[in-house]
Amino acid sequence: MTFEYAPALESRAIVSIAPSYGLFINGEFVDPTSGKMFKTINPATEEVLAEISEANQSDVNAAVNSARRAYDRIWSVMSGRDRAKYLFRIARLLQERAREFAVLETLDNGKPIRESRDIDVPLAAAHFFYYAGWADKLEYAGLGPNPAPLGVAGQIIPWNFPLLMLAWKLAPALACGNTVVLKPAETTSLTALLFAEICQQADLPPGVVNILTGAGDTGRRIVEHDGINKIAFTGSTEVGKSIQRALAGTNKKLTLELGGKAANIIFDDAPIDQAVEGIVDGIFFNQGHVCCAGSRLLLQESIAEETIEALKLRLQTLRLGDPLDKNTDIGAINSREQLDKIEELIKAGDAEGAERWTAPCELPKQGWWCAPTIFTNVTQAHRIAREEIFGPVLSVLTFRTPDEAVEKANNTPFGLSAGIWSEKGSRILWMANQLRAGVIWANTFNRFDPTSPFGGYKESGFGREGGIQGLSAYLQSANEGDDQARGTS
Amino acid sequence: MQTVAEPLTTTGALREFLHALPGVDEVGATARAAALSTRSIKNEAKAWAIDLAIRMVDLTTLEGMDTPAKVRAMCAKALRPDPTDPTVPSVAAVCVYGDMAAIARASVGSALHVAAVATAFPSGRASQEVKLHDVRDAVAAGADEIDMVIDRGAFLAGNYGLVNEQIVGVKAACGTAHLKVILETGELRTLDNVRRASWLAMMAGADFIKTSTGKVPVAATPPVTIVMLQAVRDYYALTGTRIGVKPAGGIRTSKDAIKYLVLIKETAGEAWLTPDLFRFGASTLLNDLLLQRQRMATGHYSGPDYVTID
Repeated sequence: MTFEYAPALESRAIVSIAPSYGLFINGEFVDPTSGKMFKTINPATEEVLAEISEANQSDVNAAVNSARRAYDRIWSVMSGRDRAKYLFRIARLLQERAREFAVLETLDNGKPIRESRDIDVPLAAAHFFYYAGWADKLEYAGLGPNPAPLGVAGQIIPWNFPLLMLAWKLAPALACGNTVVLKPAETTSLTALLFAEICQQADLPPGVVNILTGAGDTGRRIVEHDGINKIAFTGSTEVGKSIQRALAGTNKKLTLELGGKAANIIFDDAPIDQAVEGIVDGIFFNQGHVCCAGSRLLLQESIAEETIEALKLRLQTLRLGDPLDKNTDIGAINSREQLDKIEELIKAGDAEGAERWTAPCELPKQGWWCAPTIFTNVTQAHRIAREEIFGPVLSVLTFRTPDEAVEKANNTPFGLSAGIWSEKGSRILWMANQLRAGVIWANTFNRFDPTSPFGGYKESGFGREGGIQGLSAYLQSANEGDDQARGTS
Repeated sequence: MQTVAEPLTTTGALREFLHALPGVDEVGATARAAALSTRSIKNEAKAWAIDLAIRMVDLTTLEGMDTPAKVRAMCAKALRPDPTDPTVPSVAAVCVYGDMAAIARASVGSALHVAAVATAFPSGRASQEVKLHDVRDAVAAGADEIDMVIDRGAFLAGNYGLVNEQIVGVKAACGTAHLKVILETGELRTLDNVRRASWLAMMAGADFIKTSTGKVPVAATPPVTIVMLQAVRDYYALTGTRIGVKPAGGIRTSKDAIKYLVLIKETAGEAWLTPDLFRFGASTLLNDLLLQRQRMATGHYSGPDYVTID
């Protein structure tokens, strides 16, 4: 007999999902003026979870006006110490309601409860705690004696870490004294809407946080709105470029966190067992829906074969299935559309002659799923080595010398993250200096902390989130004109 | 992975082999152990795991105050852990000092293994001659498993040849008895040392590698056990021989025991989920397994007065 884990389901009774949700404007939920609704779906079952409002131009106007009023009258003139009180309160409420957020995130996004419970929600709370601490210390951020907030920030976040990306965006913006109009991704609005309840529970002054749901059109209207002083966007490089075009010639400030095609580089003196774990964390964490995923594995040739064998053995223990099962490692792909993209690139890998290996696991009949997949014999020219797949698909390349590893790792339009595995400290430091990527992990991968800045080079975007560096995205230093960014008020 | 081509017996050859093994990143190994400890084992899986854990226990008493009566009582418990429930399996073995081996053997007959600690347990600080005599004594008294300690001083000094020679000598003195080699990982300190000592013991003839004596402050830990499970997995891939693993000391609850079973399944593989290849060295663990088993059967918790204290 074998050791089969019995189902260990997290109860969904802790969350109550309303049949439909309005827009969160000026501290209240209001119906969309268009009256238009769209459905949000559990990607693991294709069950409709709720109807979500689509915000149009007049909703965007209302949200921006409410944010502007809150900025002028309350939030920008409030002392940092008082802003901090609200942020600490939000952080504590997130912790108190952590289980509720975790279950809701898993239902709406498809990620395993183990990840939403142990990573997404605790880190989201940690970001609010961290930036709450900064709110009354901004003069020590290295931006001059009295750094001023920018005004109203428009923030557009992706579907891969819905609550966590909300926290990354909101916490520094609010700590610095800005007010916000935030748009979650159309497939994952629910935790943002639950967060709106937290804002009410925390007595956050109305208008400081406004949450508009909708798709690309809503996002575009936020980006183009004259009352916005700053846009922060996390998402695809394609949309990021169009935002930058739209903002050209305006006073709006911009930070972009876009795609990636990170190299995870394993040297022959690496701790191989832990490197195998790092490969798994790098590309199979969150079904590979991670902009900084270690999607290109660069193996030193002398250990390539044994590492791939060890990796295959390890992948056979990965458990794909019901995201609410506490033992699930790989959840559902967030949308049909994303699954189509992943499958199209897998076909391209096959067609271009790479060798595919797929972990043996049964895919559930309902919902959208993709088994962990490895391509070996990949070359730099293959599409699967150049394009972001954003799924559980790993491209394996090899190298012979450290120089070659650097060349191959940097030979990409992206530059978000990279991983180095070696027991030799001097080599790690040398490599880290050569790699053109914003985040470099040594002997680990996909570790996040609010105190550590995160952001990209090249087509992976610009600006940093997290750490002291994350403050400068929401403050103007003393030598910038006061009227320059706050113009419209 | 390297191949074991020539006999590795000299300190120089052993150093070359052991120091070429891939390093172990402590942070990564600890993180992996923590991640696996979040596995949630419920219902029929838990019932199955508890019975397997009972069958893997080396029920142990290693005290200066051990008496024949104490050993006999423990043996009775080992044979029939829960006198109220005949469906509870026996444990794997009883584990005693060498001078109690005869009493243990007389108590359990051929129903259970009798393990004796030997080789100047727990410090191992005696001449090889004394250690070998200790082993022969225990085997003659009826022990069919010998738990030896390695010379940690020699290992830490890099004198791998001496450690190897001692294990080889003990293995020969064991005859047909199974040899468990205690690495005393709490004194080796680093996971790199744990990996090297594991390979050294396996190549010298260990049938089992065991973490600890239970006599130093740090005993078995999940990261140490993961590294040892990786070692036996890799040794099997290289030689086709499966070596057993025995964490000992500090494992007191069913929850802990089940976590170790998860480590086995997801590190070495299902083949190691047998008392022939995995043991728990424990004294108090058994009662918690029995309490949990009663709870699974009846739906409610009883208390410590409903399991025997032997």
